[in-house]
Amino acid sequence: MNAEAQAPAHGIVPSLLGREDYAIISSLVPEGAKVLDVGCGEGELLHWLVENKGVEGRGIELESGKVHKAISKGLSVYQGDINAGLTVYPDDAFDVVLLSQTLQETQQPRQVMLEMLRIGRKVVVTFPNFAHWSVRFSLLFHGKAPRTKFLPYSWYNSPNIRVLSIGDFEDLIAAEHWRIERKIFLAGHRRITRWPNFLAEVAICLVTKG
Amino acid sequence: MIVHAQTAVIPSFRLDCGVTLAPVSIAYEMYGELNADASNAILVEHAFTGDAHAAGIGETDGKPGWWDLMIGPGKAFDTNRYCVICSNVLSGCRGTTGPASINPETGRPYAMSFPATTIGDMVRLQKELLDLLGIPRLLAVSGGSMGGMQVLEWAVSYPDRVLSAIPIASTGRHSAQQIAFNEVGRQAIMSDPDWNDGDYYEGDPPRRGLAVARMVGHITYMSDESMREKFGRRLRAKALLEQGNSDVFEVESYLRHRGNQFVNRFDANSYLYITKAMDSYDLFAADNLANLNESETRFLLISYTSDWLYPSYQSLEIVNLLRSRNHDVAYVELTSNYGHDAFLVDVAQQTEAVHGFLASVSRNRQARAGRGRMASERVAR
Repeated sequence: MNAEAQAPAHGIVPSLLGREDYAIISSLVPEGAKVLDVGCGEGELLHWLVENKGVEGRGIELESGKVHKAISKGLSVYQGDINAGLTVYPDDAFDVVLLSQTLQETQQPRQVMLEMLRIGRKVVVTFPNFAHWSVRFSLLFHGKAPRTKFLPYSWYNSPNIRVLSIGDFEDLIAAEHWRIERKIFLAGHRRITRWPNFLAEVAICLVTKG
Repeated sequence: MIVHAQTAVIPSFRLDCGVTLAPVSIAYEMYGELNADASNAILVEHAFTGDAHAAGIGETDGKPGWWDLMIGPGKAFDTNRYCVICSNVLSGCRGTTGPASINPETGRPYAMSFPATTIGDMVRLQKELLDLLGIPRLLAVSGGSMGGMQVLEWAVSYPDRVLSAIPIASTGRHSAQQIAFNEVGRQAIMSDPDWNDGDYYEGDPPRRGLAVARMVGHITYMSDESMREKFGRRLRAKALLEQGNSDVFEVESYLRHRGNQFVNRFDANSYLYITKAMDSYDLFAADNLANLNESETRFLLISYTSDWLYPSYQSLEIVNLLRSRNHDVAYVELTSNYGHDAFLVDVAQQTEAVHGFLASVSRNRQARAGRGRMASERVAR
């Protein structure tokens, strides 16, 4: 199973639980690590990591129905809001803190990053790249808030309240003197190595305090 | 499943207040089989007025246990896999020593001379029972309401004997509102002339006072919504009324019925002692927290949206305490209209959560035991 999670440097990325980003994330989590999955949903990825990489897993999720499903899988998931949820943990409580496709939904992304870097030695963040060419062209030619395959929402019902690009994220990292240890960019099944801010749909970054 | 109550006798038992009770009886029931290494035991803690009859059909009264929906073959506490134990609390009146028991020194009921007891005493007595039964460690300890307080007390008093703790619809300490409701109950009992300073065992018990106390209790166990659904403003049919021409609402009739039923099975002095034990409990006291330091107990806390007697913020207080100390804790607030009673009656989601959690605790235990065996085999070679 672990071979499935290994991310090749080029070309096609295998999927894990139907998702390419999960395959990359799982390859960034060491065996037996203590992991907090922030916004873990029903805990699919966390469950996989517990079963296959022997991690000690914890999760935070806001929706009661999803928390209930995660707990029913035997996962230690806590029902709560991200902002209030993170502050309670002590410093360096986790080896790895995961934030998968949620940064763009937070009210205070910088604050969330700060808290994750406080409670975790390493942070794996994934987010959609709002500077992907399809988004740029959509806005340029249609003059409307872009709707694409990987950003399917309308402006009035989108949970994505923070519109960031890979370039924006790297600016924040530089300004805060954090460090990106690994960065992996995806477009569908393909790994993007060139012009990621134009060609990548999703960014996966392993960040440390620097 | 017909079940029968058993009683163990502890020759001498020292209480937190310094007094020693000798002897102490403790009534308990067991469901399912204890396995060879006694590693599948789950202790279930009853709420305030509950008793040891948690599951199955009682041998004498033919009634199902108070958590029969949760305990049994294939249920949340699956008796095909686990051995479930439930005992009546100290100061109770359902088989365990309490104020209605005979004081061997006087030959008369203790009544108000019964020493003050605490949640800690209740739990320590249960530990004595488990020692007698040869159960060194519990796979889980679980209970709702006051049962949840005992679960928490187990976790802080005997962390190395509790693999997992599941307090439901509970609190680490009573709020002013909870103490206030208990005080109304106590005053109702004590202001009944039949209470007679607790010395009523040879005459009439304080039926009216105890019934009123129970009525107040019942209101707090339900939610506004569940009461609207169950009773609304419906009137009791006139023909069924015993006296007078005044209209009686369904809810009035229900509360009177429940109050009157209660006095037949519960002792008023036990009501006083147990509510005092609940009110004085404080998980957040400093010495309790020190005990938690090395704990590896896994926690699952559950609260209910419409529970206004033990609201979710009180569960969250516990959850946040545990998270701030990096303990392994799961928490969910389940949706139900049933108020505090939800943990007893609205158990579908609760069942799934507890079932999954216990399976995971069980797997962890087996994995750890396996690693332990491998290590000792390596040493042996």
